[in-house]
Amino acid sequence: MVETYNDKVVKQFTVMTVIWGIVGMLVGVFIAAQLAWPWLNFDIAWLSYGRLRPLHTNAVIFAFGGSGLFATSYYIVQRTCHARLFSDALAAFTFWGWQLVIVAVAITYPLGITQSREYAETEWPIDILITLVWVAYAVVFFGTIAKRKIQHIYVANWFFAAYIITIALLHIVNNLSLPVSMTKSYVIYSGAVGAMVQWWYGHNAVGFFLTAGFLGMMYYFVPKQAGRPVYSYRLSIVHFWALIAIYMWAGPHHLHYTALPDWAQSLGMVFSLILLAPSWGGMINGMMTLSGAWHKLRTDPILRFMIVSLSFYGMSTFEGPMMAIKTVNALSHYTDWTVGHVHSGALGWVAMITIGCVYSLYPRLLKLPGMFSTKAIEAHFWVMTIGVVLYIASMWIAGVMQGLMWRATNADGTLAYTFVESLKLTYPYYYVRFLGGTLVLSGMFVMLWNMWKTSQMARDTSPVAVTIPAHA
Amino acid sequence: MSGAWSIYVIVLSLLVVGGSAWLLAMTAKKPEKKEGETTGHVWDDDLAEYNNPLPRWWLWLFIGTIIFSAGYLVLYPGFGANKGTLGWSSEGQLLAEQQKYEEIARQTYAKFAALSVADLAKNAEAVNLGRNIFANNCAACHGTDGRGAVGFPNLTDASWQWGGEADQIYTTILNGRMAAMPSWSAVLGAEGTPQVAAYVRSLAGLGHDATAAAAGKPRYEQICVACHGIDGKGNPALGAPNLTDADWLYGSSEATIVESLTKGRNGQMPAHGPLIGADAVKIVSGYVYSLRDQAQSTASGGEK
Repeated sequence: MVETYNDKVVKQFTVMTVIWGIVGMLVGVFIAAQLAWPWLNFDIAWLSYGRLRPLHTNAVIFAFGGSGLFATSYYIVQRTCHARLFSDALAAFTFWGWQLVIVAVAITYPLGITQSREYAETEWPIDILITLVWVAYAVVFFGTIAKRKIQHIYVANWFFAAYIITIALLHIVNNLSLPVSMTKSYVIYSGAVGAMVQWWYGHNAVGFFLTAGFLGMMYYFVPKQAGRPVYSYRLSIVHFWALIAIYMWAGPHHLHYTALPDWAQSLGMVFSLILLAPSWGGMINGMMTLSGAWHKLRTDPILRFMIVSLSFYGMSTFEGPMMAIKTVNALSHYTDWTVGHVHSGALGWVAMITIGCVYSLYPRLLKLPGMFSTKAIEAHFWVMTIGVVLYIASMWIAGVMQGLMWRATNADGTLAYTFVESLKLTYPYYYVRFLGGTLVLSGMFVMLWNMWKTSQMARDTSPVAVTIPAHA
Repeated sequence: MSGAWSIYVIVLSLLVVGGSAWLLAMTAKKPEKKEGETTGHVWDDDLAEYNNPLPRWWLWLFIGTIIFSAGYLVLYPGFGANKGTLGWSSEGQLLAEQQKYEEIARQTYAKFAALSVADLAKNAEAVNLGRNIFANNCAACHGTDGRGAVGFPNLTDASWQWGGEADQIYTTILNGRMAAMPSWSAVLGAEGTPQVAAYVRSLAGLGHDATAAAAGKPRYEQICVACHGIDGKGNPALGAPNLTDADWLYGSSEATIVESLTKGRNGQMPAHGPLIGADAVKIVSGYVYSLRDQAQSTASGGEK
């Protein structure tokens, strides 16, 4: 019997990536509207900003981003190991288990059931389900690596491996808590230690989930889409090891000028600065892969999504170390600048690379030469790019303005502005941010339509046979 | 940090940074293969890798950040328990800045030491100063315009829960106030509570059920009278509000008055003497007193 690839689970995750993308971004646009027009709370507790904001962050990171990572890692590990997934049953469990986690999040957060730990608000029963799904994921992924028919492990898989192992570690350590009922638990850390564990988790969720995972995605689809070899193997090695070793230390920059001891703050700052070059290594390797194929950018909007995502990646990984410098952080901390920075990473890098990769992956899964409409991809690209630029530019301006207003003093030593004065002046930027978010969301609907039309073109649904490695 | 932890942090820091430097040294050498030649590995039919040398500018950027960080850790705390040669600490920086601003404030306030609160309210410079102090410390509850919010008194109207004279305002801000309206649900019961609420509304001339108010009157005169007085005009010494005027701290609807009667109210004004010092309290008292004067001269009520 001929061994075939398990593309069923890949298809399922690919479709859910787009669905959850729309859901997560819709909630984001709604809470952006609440900031501009606070009456949109409607005085209903479960519609209030405090409950919906974690729903937005979790939906876009874990539902949209997570489904995208599952889809691409399952596809890539099979194609680059020339082997079927280690276990179809476990792979199916990860799909349905992950969907159940997302639905549980969507129910419990609006009800106010939360651990109050940022990006880890899920209460303990959901945490246990996440752990089970993640262990199954690791077994499927590493089992497939073990089955590989080619000795060298492709660079994309290094990044996926680091992301899977580290997320398991982060999730378990950060969520150690004492349950007191089915819906309430108390985390075992307190005080400055609790804050440090929270941001060790929080920043590495950025580093390993939102960076390493998506670099894995990038390392397969950029060379595939460009039809060019990866720029530099040795650069891959240096930036991979440096990235995973140094990211671990950067968390304390979220706690500058707090009760965290000075030495920890300093280490967080200097390691964030050293992180600049390893981060840019990935950008260089992705962008330089296009050398000799730059002309393809003119005709291929998918490749344009990927290259612009790498540009945003480079920009936000420059901005991050700068914001980690204590004196810069003293201005930027607690302002909308942080929100702008996060979204240049989350929309510019994570969402754009995911969207580009899904446009590249989806027709491959359906054995089609391309998506139904290239014009629609083109339109999506422009709508999204303009939306992201409006979003981050408005938040930059708003953030710097807030930071300057909050620190301005009168001659007598009192603060020159009250908080509400800075809030009043921020409204115009909230409107622009809402507009930017709406543009990004509308692009997702174009994508969904394009995928629907593409799926209707599919004729051959037989599984794909595993190929023999070129140099077995 | 104990010695062992300090060594632990130092060793780990050196290991990671040193490891990165070692990795750079190992890969910075010229590759054996020529440029444009792949490593020879091929995945998924056509995935291959060049082995181009590390871009030099990138290499120097990496080394530059390592050198900067080493220098930073010499100067500032961060290398284990080492305090850094500059002797900087975030607490020290905070204290220095606080001292600087306290000294500015002390000098600024000194010229007004001889003036009374009532005089300060007439001194334009002191009023400006007081407005700044108010914006920093009072506006969060009382609003930047002093008009308050539900549960937080309006300072621009004629109604003063704890007295509106200059010295009373000063005492309120300096030492704080704790209002204590107890819950009366156990005493009044489900029937008596709305009756008393109706009577209270009748005192203020608000619409009410005459039968219920008549039934509530004896209960009021038995219980509420102790603080709010027989005529309902309240008692500033106890912080008991005047019930006959148009100013209602928590609202004048029957439902709200029933809620006040049922659950009680415990409004708190924190003592600001320990927070901003007596000099600043006096100047901000002058500003608040000036708000009161404005309200009286324009004879307009505040938020109802």
